[in-house]
Amino acid sequence: MSTVEMTIPRAAVVPPAGVNRLFAAGAADLASHLARFGPAPLGIAPGQLLGELEASGLDGRGGAGFATWRKLVAARTSAGPTAYSAPVVIANGAEGEPMSAKDEILLRHAPHLVLDGLLLAAAVTGAREVHLYSGPVQLASVRRAIAERTDARGVILDEAPDYFVSGEASAVVSAIETGLAIPRDRRVRLAVSGLGGRPTVVSNVETLAHVALVARFGAAWFRSVGTDDSPGTRLLTISGDGVDRKVIEATGGLPLAEALGAVGLDTSRLRAVLVGGYHGAWVPASDLWVRLSSRDLEPYGARPGAGILVALGDQHCGLAASVGIARYLAGQSARQCGPCVNGLPAMAEVLARVAAGGGSARLPDEVRRLAGVVTGRGACRHPDGTARFVLSTLEVFEADVRAHLAGYCEVTRS
Amino acid sequence: MAEAFWALGRATGVVSLVLFTVTVLLGILTRSGRPALGLPRFAVTLVHRNVSLLATVLVIIHVASLLADPYAQLRLVDVVVPFLGTMKPFWLGLGTFAFDLVLALVITGLLRHRIGQPAFRFVHWFSYAMWPVAVLHTLGDGSDVGKSWLVLLLVLCVGSVLVSLAWRASATFVEYQHTRFEEARR
Amino acid sequence: MTRQSLHIDWTACDGRGLCTELLGPLLVRDEWGYPRAAGYGSDVPIPSSFVAEARDAVALCPRLALTLQEVRAPARS
Repeated sequence: MSTVEMTIPRAAVVPPAGVNRLFAAGAADLASHLARFGPAPLGIAPGQLLGELEASGLDGRGGAGFATWRKLVAARTSAGPTAYSAPVVIANGAEGEPMSAKDEILLRHAPHLVLDGLLLAAAVTGAREVHLYSGPVQLASVRRAIAERTDARGVILDEAPDYFVSGEASAVVSAIETGLAIPRDRRVRLAVSGLGGRPTVVSNVETLAHVALVARFGAAWFRSVGTDDSPGTRLLTISGDGVDRKVIEATGGLPLAEALGAVGLDTSRLRAVLVGGYHGAWVPASDLWVRLSSRDLEPYGARPGAGILVALGDQHCGLAASVGIARYLAGQSARQCGPCVNGLPAMAEVLARVAAGGGSARLPDEVRRLAGVVTGRGACRHPDGTARFVLSTLEVFEADVRAHLAGYCEVTRS
Repeated sequence: MAEAFWALGRATGVVSLVLFTVTVLLGILTRSGRPALGLPRFAVTLVHRNVSLLATVLVIIHVASLLADPYAQLRLVDVVVPFLGTMKPFWLGLGTFAFDLVLALVITGLLRHRIGQPAFRFVHWFSYAMWPVAVLHTLGDGSDVGKSWLVLLLVLCVGSVLVSLAWRASATFVEYQHTRFEEARR
Repeated sequence: MTRQSLHIDWTACDGRGLCTELLGPLLVRDEWGYPRAAGYGSDVPIPSSFVAEARDAVALCPRLALTLQEVRAPARS
């Protein structure tokens, strides 16, 4: 496709201004992509790109929010001299979280930006093997994109199953190695020893798309929108109260109320918002001025994470909704680790007894105790995330907990 | 001298069968994760291991003494390759087969940390083949089979293993099974 | 002086209780029988007075779920 590149003079590329960055090309095809962004600077010096990424403050958009440049540096420095010890880069578009849709939207509408980021991450780490792991619909879009260009033929596509933990980093490595997408025990970081023992970078597809933009336009451009502690833009998936998983690109550090308003939600009719998805935490409707940044969300136990917002309308009981989510999460255990297999259903059921009403006043403490028992005791963070969610439920809906224990629900008036 | 080897061979054969029976019982006990006989769990595991090693030493003496005994007509090849023997090739072959399994079980047991749990576990399941084969070998090849003390001993061995197998298959076998939501996937 | 830390592979652990016998009261059993160290998850710092017991636990764990490693950066990615 070099003919297309040549018809687009480099000078014609203007960095996207404002918040519309990842989808600025307007269409998924290569010509639109190159017309808007120009070719990926694959020849960029690794040190320069790593420096720009560090200065940009880009963090992972898969949930954990780990600094992207650190991950790449770790894999680069762990690389051995042979092809068998060269790093592996995996673009993770699994998105097992049911309330998230941004990775699918991104792969369907801007696959070339993700591929650019993947190839740049491979170049900067010296990777000899490159994968893209996602669901079948997304892979079809990526396959079309790869066919349009010559430099991405080596990208290996791996199909991800659709369940909650299938996108967890060690489950991704396990899926590619063995076909079974379940988390595994790690004594060293994947960036040191991952796929087949090689240094492995598992990076969310949105993160890689931002890498492709930072490589082109630099850190200063990246930080020209957003806040100091949440620079650039991030994709959000917003649902609840009549809205079903709308994906928007928002500036970092946007107040929750503005994000919710952007998809047409009436923030005066909400009880709370679940921030960060099912492994996240509730923010009560009284606090919707809170910004989507690690610093602002920390008091709630939440993180911007994968940019998932679930609004709970004021006609719903927060406890009842939380019991449903806790039970779902208990059912999503990969059934490997004893404390998770046994602890999550136990915790969900005690929470259900709190919600059912009229139970012992000691039940909330039992939920807290079980949360403490499961936290940190799994191969992956599924028990930790579930415990965090349940603890947040008890805290944010504390008044409802007291009412339910007294046999009354303030929401349903029963 | 030949008589001595013969007697040694017979005695070590019977004693090793008893010790392997105890090993199987302790193995099942170890798997249940319960302390027993006044011993903590880790001690049950250690006794299981040490009794199995003692039984192995005895079975090596059993084989070596019969190799040295001209009456047994055992050749070196019969020690490892089953069913080639000159006398009672089938029953002797069962002994050879059981001996091979013992060697595999002991080697994988000692190298457990090297070979990893899946390989160790796969081979260790063959304990349940080794023990009955050893019993059949005793029944078919044992010179004292007609004697009531050996019959009583075999009945005790087989009976105890059958009882523990029934316990092994029961719902209350694993400690803490009653509190667990379900067994984790293995 | 290096500090030792006991790593528990939860995908292998079956809660058989050998480590909790050897390393009590550092490790106790939760209500399902799995080992638990107060305040710690998968990596439990081992005081030097417990290192010998920790080595025994590693050697005897029927599921090979334990490893003793020298404490370095948090072992997570």
